[in-house]
Amino acid sequence: MSEPLTMAMPKGRIFDEAADLLREAGFPLPPEFDDSRKLIVDVPEADLRFILAKPMDVPTYVEHGVADLGVAGKDTMIEEARDVYEVLDLKISECYLAVAALPDYKKTDINPKVASKYPNLATQYFKEQGEQVEIIKLNGSIELAPLVGLADRIVDIVSTGRTLRENGLVELETIVPITSRLIVNPVSYRMKDVRIDNLIERLAKVVEEEEA
Amino acid sequence: MSTPFMFEKPVGMRDTLPSFYQTKNTVKQTMEKVIESWGYLPIQTPALEYYDTVGMASAILDRQLFKLLDQNGNTLVLRPDMTAPIARVAASSLKDQMFPLRLSYHSSLFRAQQREGGRPAEFEQVGVELVGDGTSSADGEVIALMVETLKESGLDDFQIAIGHIGYVNALLLDVVGSEERANVLRRYLYEKNYVGFKQHVKSLPLSSIDEKRLMDLLSLRGGREKLEDAKTLVSNGEASKALEDLEQLWEVLDGYGVSHHIKLDLNLVMHMSYYTGVVFEGYGSRLGVPLSSGGRYDELLQRFNRPAQATGFGIRLDLLVEALGQTEALPEQTCILFSKERRLEAIEKARQLRKEGKRVVLQDLQGVDNIDELSKAFADVQYYIGNKQGGKIDE
Repeated sequence: MSEPLTMAMPKGRIFDEAADLLREAGFPLPPEFDDSRKLIVDVPEADLRFILAKPMDVPTYVEHGVADLGVAGKDTMIEEARDVYEVLDLKISECYLAVAALPDYKKTDINPKVASKYPNLATQYFKEQGEQVEIIKLNGSIELAPLVGLADRIVDIVSTGRTLRENGLVELETIVPITSRLIVNPVSYRMKDVRIDNLIERLAKVVEEEEA
Repeated sequence: MSTPFMFEKPVGMRDTLPSFYQTKNTVKQTMEKVIESWGYLPIQTPALEYYDTVGMASAILDRQLFKLLDQNGNTLVLRPDMTAPIARVAASSLKDQMFPLRLSYHSSLFRAQQREGGRPAEFEQVGVELVGDGTSSADGEVIALMVETLKESGLDDFQIAIGHIGYVNALLLDVVGSEERANVLRRYLYEKNYVGFKQHVKSLPLSSIDEKRLMDLLSLRGGREKLEDAKTLVSNGEASKALEDLEQLWEVLDGYGVSHHIKLDLNLVMHMSYYTGVVFEGYGSRLGVPLSSGGRYDELLQRFNRPAQATGFGIRLDLLVEALGQTEALPEQTCILFSKERRLEAIEKARQLRKEGKRVVLQDLQGVDNIDELSKAFADVQYYIGNKQGGKIDE
């Protein structure tokens, strides 16, 4: 028996959605993963092992090859720019990246500031817009920044827009739509090609059917 | 004067300590022996080169180059790869030597790392360049030699993926019509972004047949049979030639008996923009990143005014040692402890043991603080202490 394929997964909602896809693709995963504090979950029936990681760290595990595959949001892929294959759009946890601000926001020429969890991506975006801004990196609760005057705009993920509304913020521009992607380590992609291609193919079929 | 940083090194620079050095050196010597037995002559080139010659030709991203200025204001680079310097040598210092030239090297390369300071910015590479031979036999020889070098170094579970730049270029150009549009697609392949590739293909105004041809490119991975699939996607001159190259190459590799290590991957697009034909990468099962790579670069030498076809490979020594996953034990040493009255005796004994091939440390007793600790560090300790003649106290 060969080693199981190792898959790095983000904890939480994306994990559940991805697990559903795998079940539909015929991988015998248990109906529920009960102990949510576990970091490594083995599913020998499906010949899979899951590593549960912070969403932002999934591409890192895959790039270094401790995970053969991973499920990562396009946002983290752009931000982290890791050397991994992005093979399939899973079309789950759809959302988008947007610029938001308080409703009375007016463009200022005096050192405009933007807060974001995605400093690289935000820097790149404003560069492309030809706008000079100072990027402030935050690790969460980005909406707080304009409320307390840390920044006049933010770049963040928007799925329903509820968080923005609750904090009295409005969207200014959409940057890019985001979905979760299946990513593969370049060496695993070659050394375990048959098993990985099989998994990609089965998932691709499910994703296509869902779309139709 | 400011206080120097006592323990710090520039980002990405590493010390190699004795046990790792030992392991690395053994692997390196094994590799060099194999390479030399195939008739490749080792050469060395300077660590510093002109930016305008080697820096530009090397095609490593500009921001990865270490640059500095010489006294005259010329920009210099620390060599980021060996292919460009060897091309320079082949076209200048060796310009009167007949082709084909078989050259090999073991050198440190320098590439600035921007992320995660721990990644090496200086690393050793062992490789060969076969200059002035455009045949499939040459491509095959280089790949077979790489396989044998990896195998002899002790790596058992590894694979080589082979692609062809000419085929990818011909297919992309044939479908999308302009070099500019082909570039966009090629960039997606190089970035390994197949999702982006597929989305971009769907956004292009293509017939469903052409769309499928591009999508099918992504599945051209596997054994020799994929060459047949590849033929159905594009049939112009350049593509047919590329596939013929690969067909012949496979024959050659069969001849060397190494084709079970080989997989075709026609999506393989390397970052080195000087590659023109067959390209390849080597992977080991215990390592997350490719440990060797190479390919054919038929246009690089004409930048140095001696047009020639050429091919070669490079193996990252640090990564190979990591993939091997074992460090070698340091060799055993004998220690002769002496007091100055018996120095001559001790020197004579050491000379005798060294002649027998032993590694001998000769240590004056007065230079040692803690004799117990010192003697523990050696497999064998001999004492030449006091006035007694010929007294040897064994432990």
